[in-house]
Amino acid sequence: MNEKPDVWQGTLALMVLKTLETLGPLHGYGIARRIEQTSGNLLSLNYGTLYPALLKLEQEGAIASEWGVSENNRKAKFYSLTRAGKKQLAKETQNWEQTTAILARFLSPKGDLA
Amino acid sequence: MRTARAWLIRLSGLFRKQTLERELAREMESHLAMHIEDNLRAGMTQEQARREALLKLGGVVAGKEAWRDRSTIPLVEHLFQDTRFSLRQLRRNPGFTVTAVLMLALGMCASVAIFAFVDAAVFKPLPYANPQQLLGVYEKVAVCPLCNLSYPDYLDWKKLNKTLSSLDVYQRNSFLLSTASGTEPARGARVSDGFFRTLGVRPVLGRDFQSGEDLPGAPRTVLLSNAAWRNRYGANPDVLGKTVTLDGEPNVIIGVLPPDFNFAPTEPAEFWTTLHASGGCDLRRSCHSLFGVARLKDGVSLSAALSDLTQIARQLETQYPDSNRGQSAAVLPLSEVIVGNVRPLLMVLLGGAVLLLLIACVNITSLVLVRAESRRREIAVRNALGASSARLAGQFITEGLLLTAAGTALGLASAWWAMRLLTKLIPEMMFARMPYLHGLGLNGRVQLFAAAIALIAALLFAFTPALHLSFSKMRVGLSEGARGSAGNTWRRLGSKLVVLELAIAVVLLVGAGLLGKSLYRLLQVDLGFEPDRLTTLQVASPKAVYTNEKQKIALGRQIVASLSSLPGVKSAAIASLTPVSGNGNTDWIRFVGRPYNGEHNEVNERDVSAGYFTTIGTKLLRGRYFRDDEDISKQRVVVINRALAKQYFPNEDPIGKRIGDTQLTPQSLKEIIGVVDDIREGQLDAPVWPAVYYPFNQSPDNFFAVLICSSQSGAPLITTIEGALRNLNAGLVMRDGMTMTKLIRDSPAAYARRSSAWLVGAFAIAAFLLSVAGLYGVIAYSVSQRTREIGVRMALGAQRSTVYRLILKDAGRLAVLGIVCGFACSIAASRAIRGLLFGTAVWDASTLAAVALVLGAAALAASFIPARRAASVNPVEALRAE
Repeated sequence: MNEKPDVWQGTLALMVLKTLETLGPLHGYGIARRIEQTSGNLLSLNYGTLYPALLKLEQEGAIASEWGVSENNRKAKFYSLTRAGKKQLAKETQNWEQTTAILARFLSPKGDLA
Repeated sequence: MRTARAWLIRLSGLFRKQTLERELAREMESHLAMHIEDNLRAGMTQEQARREALLKLGGVVAGKEAWRDRSTIPLVEHLFQDTRFSLRQLRRNPGFTVTAVLMLALGMCASVAIFAFVDAAVFKPLPYANPQQLLGVYEKVAVCPLCNLSYPDYLDWKKLNKTLSSLDVYQRNSFLLSTASGTEPARGARVSDGFFRTLGVRPVLGRDFQSGEDLPGAPRTVLLSNAAWRNRYGANPDVLGKTVTLDGEPNVIIGVLPPDFNFAPTEPAEFWTTLHASGGCDLRRSCHSLFGVARLKDGVSLSAALSDLTQIARQLETQYPDSNRGQSAAVLPLSEVIVGNVRPLLMVLLGGAVLLLLIACVNITSLVLVRAESRRREIAVRNALGASSARLAGQFITEGLLLTAAGTALGLASAWWAMRLLTKLIPEMMFARMPYLHGLGLNGRVQLFAAAIALIAALLFAFTPALHLSFSKMRVGLSEGARGSAGNTWRRLGSKLVVLELAIAVVLLVGAGLLGKSLYRLLQVDLGFEPDRLTTLQVASPKAVYTNEKQKIALGRQIVASLSSLPGVKSAAIASLTPVSGNGNTDWIRFVGRPYNGEHNEVNERDVSAGYFTTIGTKLLRGRYFRDDEDISKQRVVVINRALAKQYFPNEDPIGKRIGDTQLTPQSLKEIIGVVDDIREGQLDAPVWPAVYYPFNQSPDNFFAVLICSSQSGAPLITTIEGALRNLNAGLVMRDGMTMTKLIRDSPAAYARRSSAWLVGAFAIAAFLLSVAGLYGVIAYSVSQRTREIGVRMALGAQRSTVYRLILKDAGRLAVLGIVCGFACSIAASRAIRGLLFGTAVWDASTLAAVALVLGAAALAASFIPARRAASVNPVEALRAE
């Protein structure tokens, strides 16, 4: 049952965490819209897939949820970053940057690999 | 850490599923509402906005499914679902559920309970250090293969052997214990000083006997059993150094034995004293009173020890021909000494219980198969609707496990209860001598045994239907249910199972029949006396008060006179031992006027009062009975039994002939004055030995049995007798008051047959009912499946009698096959119980015939019901049905 963190799941989680760090507490719909906008609409997100990811993050303690009222006076579940989530975000951001840097060096035409 | 937290939350999700579901629905709803609002604001129509939002959200159901999988643990959830569904299914079909659970519980109860006994008696090691090195050591003579040692022989064996690291002796003993309120009997043993060291047992308090402490000159010391220490001294550690008076002699308490110590041959022993060899018996080489226990030297085999001791015995034979002629040696593993007598009985019972378990399992299998058959259609439908085979198999497995769990729980509970009941049914004195049965319970080995049975049951319950259904194609299932052709697979397999069941039932019934007949024969054995109105009691008179023969004779006369005058008492008598107490306590006789070459003519010796034979109702064949005035002042006389007369006086009249001891010393010479019928002195199944009866008044003792012939018997009479004796002398100690009938019923030979006959009988009845029910099940199922076929037959003109014949022929074939197979097996199985049979052959024709008749009749009756149903089928309805 131990699932491998596939890239998409992993990156989606990172995006969620980053979104919450930037915008503060936000509901699922808002998170989905924000991710889509930030990606410059390059990423087409099936909104339904977001909720299992949110549930997983919440179960792991990275985010917390609370029912609140949206800007349009609508009841919605708001997700916010927890302290553990902040730590996780910092760590995963660093990991991600390192990974992309390494990959970039691999993929750059004048790779200076000895 | 994070994953662990997530798993915990998912686990808790199992229990708040509905809350979670509702929350998700609300969240989705608000999500959609917000999205639609945004879309409207972007200028879409209501319908467009909604459509776009739904599309964007993706498959709501798939999303929810993914979310659900994440919110709980799917595997566990399936298990929950299966369990709930199974429970519902089982509740809906209570007949099946209850039958299956009860059947398993029955098989489990019988086999686990009996196994617990077998475990305690056979598998549990003896509570001594390295018990496999311990031996029982005996002298061997022609009439007595495992006989006691004499003290001088023991000393020689101990000194001369080269194969034993130690040899010690013990003797069960009954002490007269002086207490503040008078004298009471107390059981114990006399042992040589190294007895406990040989066993490897150390006192928990105080010290063991020291070397030399068993010699006549040593101060008298005593070890207490742990029970005696607790019951008599309140577990007070200050008992050490205190004095206890046994048989009038003060003994210093030097130690307390461990709580788990027991020694079956002397149990229930409270006081352990050392030998202090003295007096007549101990110092005579011809007087055998001690049993040996020895420890082998490392690496020495049993047979090496036996040849060593046999060698020594041969040497003693030449050295002391008068006393040791014909005496050899015998050794047995100590475990054999202790449990050798119950092992065959327990093995027979275990065999019976396992057969019952087998039959229960077969019945369970067929039940489960029938059920699987009848659910074939349901399964096919569920499969067609998309349930995976794994999920369907899981369903059966869950159901099987539930049934097994219920059956096992019930079985174990009833096994525990049955163990209690069975130990209560063992006569008290016999139980006291089986200390290994005392801690009986569901210990590790028993639990393992139960777990193995549960595993087999689980496999049967769970995998039989799963396998069965996976073999047959699901599509066939759909169509077969619709058209109702008989479940052929089941009919074939079911018939085989029924034949197996019937065969097992035959084996158990034959076994029970043979054991029952043996018990009957045993109790019908010619006793040579009338037990019906007899009551017996053991009496010990204090040696300090009744010292010389005159006093002992006077006491005997007083007792007989006072008991005879009690209301309702016809007559009373005294004997050194009661009948049926066991062959032994023998004398060596020699005939005056016949050549003698030193052979040992070993005969039972009993010392009885003048009225003994008339009191117990033994027939006089020749001559006369004793007279009461024939005491030490008169000519010594003897009455012999028929066996002695037949063996030693085949063609002459024994009356007037004289016998004596091996030396024919003048004071030992006795004149034969009468011949009586053979009284069964030994066990009911033991042969009658030649016996001599001496007048009690010519060889009185402090220990004897009292026998009373009275119009009524029972507990009040025993109390009256005890009161009358206490009136004569308050120092008299009485024990084991019981009716002769009870004494015979509880005697080991009768008990072994009775318990085995009852238990195997109970197993057989259960097996009989189960197998007949199994036969009924198969026939009834086959009839229900063939309703249409029968309808067609009848429509085409078959008579009702033809239908009867059709069904009964099927059943009859199975019954005959089962009975014949059963006979073949039972002839083989009966060989295993041959040791318990008495006066009954293994192939006893009347038992076999009775079993065949009973089982055949029951099988006929069981199949008659479905046959009747078949014959009363209305062809029109049958054809229209389904």
